[in-house]
This record gives sequence, C-alpha cells and structure tokens, in this order.
Amino acid sequence: MHQDEKDLAADAGRRKVLKAGAALAGAAALGFPAIVRSQSDTIKIGHLTPLTGFLGALGQYAVLGIRMAEEEINAAGGVMGRRIELVSEDSVNPTTAATKAQRMYEQDRVALLLGEINSASAKTIMQVAARNKRFFLSTGARSDVLRGADCNRYTFHMDIPVTVMVNAEGQGLERDGLVKGRQVFYLTSDYLFGHDLAKAAKRFMAEHGATTVGDELCATDVTDFSPYLLKIRQAKPTLVATNLGGNQVTNFIKQYAEFGLPYAVAGFNLNTADAWAAGPGNLSGIWPTVWHHHIDTPGTKAFVAAFMKKHGKPPENHAWIEYVSLKVLAQAMNEIKSTDNDKLIAHLEKQPQFDLLKLRKGYFRSWDHQMQQEAFTFTVKKPGTYKEAWDFLAFSAAIPRPDQPLELLAPTKAQSECKM
Amino acid sequence: MQLLFLLEQVVNGLVLGGYYLLIALGLSLIFSVGGVVNLAHGAFYALGAYASLEIAKFLGFGPAVALSPVAVGLLGILFERFFLRRFYTADPILGLLVTFGLAMIAEQAIRIIWGAAPLPASMPQGLKGSVIVGDFIFSRYRLLLIAIVAAVLTGIWLLLHKTSFGRVVRAGIQRPDMVAALGIRLQPYMTTIVVLGVAMAALGGALFAPIALVYPAMGAEIITVAFVVVVIGGLGSFWGVVLAALLVGVVRGVTINFVPAAGEASIYILMFLVLLFRPRGLLGERIEKFE
Repeated sequence: MHQDEKDLAADAGRRKVLKAGAALAGAAALGFPAIVRSQSDTIKIGHLTPLTGFLGALGQYAVLGIRMAEEEINAAGGVMGRRIELVSEDSVNPTTAATKAQRMYEQDRVALLLGEINSASAKTIMQVAARNKRFFLSTGARSDVLRGADCNRYTFHMDIPVTVMVNAEGQGLERDGLVKGRQVFYLTSDYLFGHDLAKAAKRFMAEHGATTVGDELCATDVTDFSPYLLKIRQAKPTLVATNLGGNQVTNFIKQYAEFGLPYAVAGFNLNTADAWAAGPGNLSGIWPTVWHHHIDTPGTKAFVAAFMKKHGKPPENHAWIEYVSLKVLAQAMNEIKSTDNDKLIAHLEKQPQFDLLKLRKGYFRSWDHQMQQEAFTFTVKKPGTYKEAWDFLAFSAAIPRPDQPLELLAPTKAQSECKM
Repeated sequence: MQLLFLLEQVVNGLVLGGYYLLIALGLSLIFSVGGVVNLAHGAFYALGAYASLEIAKFLGFGPAVALSPVAVGLLGILFERFFLRRFYTADPILGLLVTFGLAMIAEQAIRIIWGAAPLPASMPQGLKGSVIVGDFIFSRYRLLLIAIVAAVLTGIWLLLHKTSFGRVVRAGIQRPDMVAALGIRLQPYMTTIVVLGVAMAALGGALFAPIALVYPAMGAEIITVAFVVVVIGGLGSFWGVVLAALLVGVVRGVTINFVPAAGEASIYILMFLVLLFRPRGLLGERIEKFE
C-alpha cells in the first residue's frame, strides 16, 4: 500500500474507534425508557426528573419522595378507589424531556404529568402540555419566566420562583449587613435558571445599595472552579454571590473552602442536598431554601420519621416537594372525583388550601398558577454544636412571618408578565 | 497587570492539567499496550474516591489516599484477567463495548452500595488555605497534589525507560510479534500495566474527593476529559499525554479568563483542531499494529 493511503487507512481506523466512543457516550445520555405496564383499573401518573447530569443527585431524591407518596396514597385506598401507578423516568435534557412528555401523554396515556428540576426542561414540557391541552405540575423548577412571560393555562408551579428566593435571601443578607455598600462578584450558572436568578439577584442588590465588581457565567458541567476563584481574587469583592445550580454549588463551595479566600460568600440558590454533599467545615454563608426537615408540625415530623426509617437519611427539599406534589394532586382529584384535566385546572384555580408540611397551608394563585408558601434561609452551625452529619445547617424562622400575608415575597400581578 | 493575571491562569491550568494526567496516562498506556480503549477507566477513578472515603473513616486522610489505589489496583488484576485480556487482539469495537458496559455496571453498583446522593468529603483542616507566592495564589492542597503527580510521573517514566520491564513494554507497544518471537510472554506485563493504570486513576479519585463532588456519575464525567487528553496527546507517547494534559488545563484556564462561559467547550475545540491538523495527535507515534 502506498504510504499516504496507509496513513489514511490508519486515520479511518482511529476515527472509527473515536466515533464509536462518542456514540456510546451519547447512548448513555439518552437513558432507557421504563417498562410500562398497562392496567385499566389504575390511574397512571407520568413523572419526569433529571437522574443524570448536574441535577441528577437532586432528581434521585425527588424519586425517593414521589415513590413514598405513591405507596402511601395506594395504601390509603388510592385515588377514587383506584390505585395510582407512577411512570417515572430520567428527563435527561430539555429536548429529551419534551419527547418523553409527548410520549407519556400520547402512548402511555398518563392522566397527568408532574416533575422536573431543570427550568429549561420544565419549559419544554410546559410547551408540550399546552400543545396537548393536558395538565402538568412543574414541581422543582424555579425560573421566574416559567410562571411569568412563559406561563400557560395547563401548567401549575410548586416550587418557589427565583424572585421569592432572592427576596428571602435578601432579608437574611440585609440582617447580616451584607448588602448595602457591598461590592459584589456574581457567579452564574449558564442556563435558563441561572440567568433568571442572576437577573432577580442583581436587581435586588442594586435596589438595596450594592455595586457589581464581577459577573461571570459558568457552564453547567464545570467541576473545577479554580480559574474562577483566581478571577474573584483579582476583583477583590466584599461579597461573592452565587447563582449556581446542582453539582456546581457543591463543587464551588468545596473549592472556595480549599482556597480559603477571605471574602464573604452567599448565594441565591442551594438545595439542602447540595449543602450536605459539600460536607461540614466547607460551607459558609447565608442561603435560601423552600423547606427543611426541622419544621415543627406533626405532619412534617411523621414524614421525616417515615423517610428516615426507609432511607436512613432525612428528606431534603426535592424529596419533600415531589412527595407533597403527588399528595396535593391525589387530594385534588379525590375532591373533584375525576382525572379530567380541565376540571382539575378549574378546581385548582379556585385556590383550595393544601397542607404542605409547613406551618401555613398553601394555595395555587389563580392568575399565575404559582403555589404560595413560606420560604426560609439557613446559615451554618459552628463545628461541635451538632451531632449528625446532616445537622450542621441552622434554619431561620419562616418568611413571611405568621402575621404577614403569604404573598409578601412573590411578584405582584403588576410586576408579573404572566398572561393566560 | 492583565498579563500577570493571564500568567496566573496559565500556572493554575498546569496544576489542573497535572491532575488530568493522572487519569489520562493510565488510559493511554492501556490503549497503547493492549489496544483497548478502556471506557471503564472512569469507574476506577470513582471507586478510588469512594474507597478512600471508606478507608478514611478508620485510618484518616493520608493512609486513605495511599491505600485506596492499592485496593483498586487489586480489583484491576481481576478486571484484566477476566475481561480486558480477551480483547487485546479483537476488533477494537468489542473492547469498547465491553468496557462501556462495565462502566455502567460499576456506576449502578456504586449507586446500590453507597446511594445515589453525593457523599460529603473534606480534607484535613491543615491542608486548607492558600500559599501566596509573589502575586500568585496557590491552593495548599493542590501544591501537595501536584507534588504527588510529579512523583508518580517520575516513577512511571523511570519504570518505562530505565528498566528491563519498561523495555519489554515499549517493545510490546511497537512490535508484539517480535517480542513473542524472542520468547517473552507479554501477558504479565499487560497485567502490570493495567494495574498501574487503574491505580493511578484511583489515586486521582482519592485526591480529588475533598475538592469535587463524590457521586456515582463522577467516573463518566472524568472519562470524557481523559479521553480528550489521550486523543490530543497521541497514542504511544508518554510525553504526548503529558503535553496534552497540561495544554488542556491551560487552554481551559485561559479561556475562562476571557470567555468564562466557553471554558468547558474550549477543550473540545482544541481536540477538534488537533484532529484536523494532526490526526495522529500532538506527539503520537506510528504504531504498526494499529495501522
């Protein structure tokens, strides 16, 4: 064989191996559909949540929560005397999430759909729901635009939107003197949720007297934050504020502690599970959350005890939200004695109250379908003042206070861009 | 001043590259000698991290980092004996499929044993903080990490270039038929290379556990970068992998300095360019058996 031809052949061989490698990596990302059994006496409920990628760790908790709700609902007689059957799958990414949502509505014939953590995936599922005129409860996605400019009649929203997170976090920051006159370095996750969070955070900080000295985007799959830490040090901020999501937050926290930079750190998003994963001794600062396992109500205690017994660890906020979401839907369908999606929407728009395992009951606001509920902030306990590994977070009292209106932190109708 | 910042990113990128090297070098060695793209390499990295956390519960951080690669290396013997060995002379696609399957099994096994939620991991308090040299800041922990990488690298280089073991391995990479004709069985050499390779990956996992997330999919995450490094560096070349790992670290750091959002994409663009202009990789050698 001529030398050049031989080289070409060698390249082709190597390319084949490379291509196969890339194809396999792609196949892993697609995930595998659940085996779907069809039984006419059951009510099928579709559930999508990310089990892989940077939000996968949170999605795993979500599945534990919703499975527990499924068991409890069925043990208590199901919905209208029929068993519910959960079809739960990895939503993977926005495109796959939309494809799977369409398949669940059309082929799996689910009564309704719920789930998601990734705001970008929730957005595509919302579009599928609207196109099919079917019900979707977005459980864990927090982007403002989902319940703002992108809102639609068929979607309801369980988790607190970023404006509420920012307003709750802002109260905590102001209490500790971390807003007025501060020079802030923002680190933002480069996708829908991060952008939305950064927008709300910067608005709040600017309105309350802080200035910006740095503002950087991070790809969702960043593992090593050291180049960003160098940039932070160059900017010499007096507050580092993060708008990161999922694995990013944990990695950032660990590496911030590793470098030991002297600037105060806080963030507008951190799930309890991300905080636990960072490990004691690494986390510092003030963070917002939607729920925590120390809330003092009988319902919360029973749920936490049952979860602990089953999984050997307390539930975090995504296990909780999936659990109460399915319970809320089961209760609503029992109340209207139907799985008809239009009837369900009409019922929820009447703003019935639901127990959310918090101090106050919540309701979906009729004009933007957003669950109105309390939020919390947390800080980190000093070493030696806690026993269990997951006990190192100190939670604030509920915001708003019991004497304040529940919608205090939420955008008003005038501020919202939602038009159904 | 701007130049100084840039230089700081370059130096920091070199440190990160050193850590990539720990994973990529084993991947490259196993491919060079055995002709198998070991997609399960990331699984050994993850197992290294998890094993180190288990050992640290009893013996503390230092022994955990030292013993975790040993434990995973032993697992590597079984891996080579029962799986990899069957695919040295087979169609490369078969080895690829088998190791990919093993990687998925390993990830699920980790999920079953240790749970899906990430495990907390911290470094000893004394290793936290930074050292400031001139205007540059170095994390104390990463200085230790880079010292360990340098020691391992020197050891591997000496083993490959200054011992009779290394001569056989290098000859085996180029002309396995000649080695066989001289009456030398390559099998035990292969086992050793695989054990060394996976032990290095495990060491990487154990060292990175205190500064990055320890969770089941961590192996799948690192294998992509390691694969990119090997492709850029070129096959069969020790220094090619070293150069590529450092280059990837630096390119990523410098990109983040200018266009932060493109930081992760930059290494794939680098791979694309290298494949376009030097399909063999930067320092890739012509290897008869792959032609």
